Amino acid sequence: MATYSTNEFKGGLKIMIDNDPCSIIENEFVKPGKGQAFNRVKIRNLKTGRVIERTFKSGETVEAADVMETDMQYLYTDGEFWHFMDPESYEQIAAGEAAVADAKRWLKEQDMCEVTLWNGVPISVTPPNFVLLEVTETDPGVRGDTSGGGGKPATLETGAVVRVPLFIDIGEVIKVDTRTGEYVGRAKD
Amino acid sequence: MPRTEAARDWRPGIDSEGLRRRATVLARIRDFFRRRGVMEVDTPVLASAAGTDPAIEPLHTVYTGPDAPAGQALYLQSSPEFFMKRLLAAGSGPIYQLSHVFRDGERGTRHNPEFMMLEWYRPGYDLAALMDEVDSLLGEVLQGLLDYRPARRIRYRDWFIEGTGLDPWNDGVEAFRAFARKHCGAPPALDDDLDGWLDLLLSHWLEPRLDAGEALFVFDYPPSQASLARRRPGPPDVAERFELYLGGLELANGFHELADPVEQAQRFAQDNAVRERRGQAAMPVDTALIAALEQGLPDCSGVALGVDRLLMVANGATDIAAVMPFDLGRV
Repeated sequence: MATYSTNEFKGGLKIMIDNDPCSIIENEFVKPGKGQAFNRVKIRNLKTGRVIERTFKSGETVEAADVMETDMQYLYTDGEFWHFMDPESYEQIAAGEAAVADAKRWLKEQDMCEVTLWNGVPISVTPPNFVLLEVTETDPGVRGDTSGGGGKPATLETGAVVRVPLFIDIGEVIKVDTRTGEYVGRAKD
Repeated sequence: MPRTEAARDWRPGIDSEGLRRRATVLARIRDFFRRRGVMEVDTPVLASAAGTDPAIEPLHTVYTGPDAPAGQALYLQSSPEFFMKRLLAAGSGPIYQLSHVFRDGERGTRHNPEFMMLEWYRPGYDLAALMDEVDSLLGEVLQGLLDYRPARRIRYRDWFIEGTGLDPWNDGVEAFRAFARKHCGAPPALDDDLDGWLDLLLSHWLEPRLDAGEALFVFDYPPSQASLARRRPGPPDVAERFELYLGGLELANGFHELADPVEQAQRFAQDNAVRERRGQAAMPVDTALIAALEQGLPDCSGVALGVDRLLMVANGATDIAAVMPFDLGRV
């Protein structure tokens, strides 16, 4: 079993906490001049995304988490699993609903995603920062209104709903920032 | 010239204004003590003995050459305390020193393994008189840099009761563990080490709750944290020690200095026993210090103040690397 000592702590290091794989966000060395030294760390649980704080005695060791972040192409979903492929080895991998979570409303076939593997199993999927998606449902566009003021909801081909300017019509392809879920602009073709 | 690695950033971590400010602070410190008739001394960085405090790990090196053909282990001083006490025992009178000191294992935004310590000793002073002098020093040194006002003074015991409702002299480990579980996330395994729990709450709960500009002397420590301070019988028994916090940083540590050679030797032995129990190397005991105490150390109080941290407060810096010319990442 691989372990890390607190001296190896730094941002990005993957460790096991409460049986879950976690990533260190911040590591602070805290020590009263004549007292016990501690490492106070902020960590993200890679399964739930939750951020927690933990304190270790300096010098303690912690189990390493076998976590890999890989770029994979999204292929399709069969309703139960979302299938991804390594573009170099063509190896395919299936991610369950818990791993795909919120990312699923942005997943478009053939887009490259970041898939986080823990012991070879996908635990989270990060979509590209920007995706191009077709509008499948929205109120009729108001021609000439390019002010963008107000806006309206639009349903996209993946099922995601975003607010778009009034001039956007069904069938148009728009660019969306997946980190904020906000409309960025019309796709340039 | 062959280059075997990529060019490193050669620049200092401190900007030119910070460097000037550092020089100003050092000059003001020297001026303060000159006017008060406290003599500057400089004692060796390398010594054959080291402090035994289990919480401080010295760095060491080896000298080989004339007088030591087989090599002699030497410790880089974690504080100039032992040498300065030998000067005091030899009749130096009040003395101060600005010196680089070294500690293994300490590195972070408030720690660098090598840093500058201002340490001074005042024969005839009790702790209250020394706290007054620390206030005066900081008032002068920080003039125009920070509005320093004499620090509030609070007993260690009252600080804990105020901040946690718990009394380190009367509440047991269980009460502190429960408080830490409730307020400090999942705490590390500190078992029955009461001082460890106190350190945890102090660094994770009390210290972070100090106001940014607040200056606070904490005094009368638990006897178990006496270090090299005298113990004063109670009730409650206390160690005659203080710490100064400024801007949320631990800045200075003062003692009414232990002068009893027998008790000093006992504390060295107890520290080394703790070290061995924890798997740390026992340190060679400074027998010259014991001999000096046998000769007679004048009744005195002494204090060590972190100069880099003082500059952090003066500059509003959040990283110690920004107030020293070259921190560990640049040497």
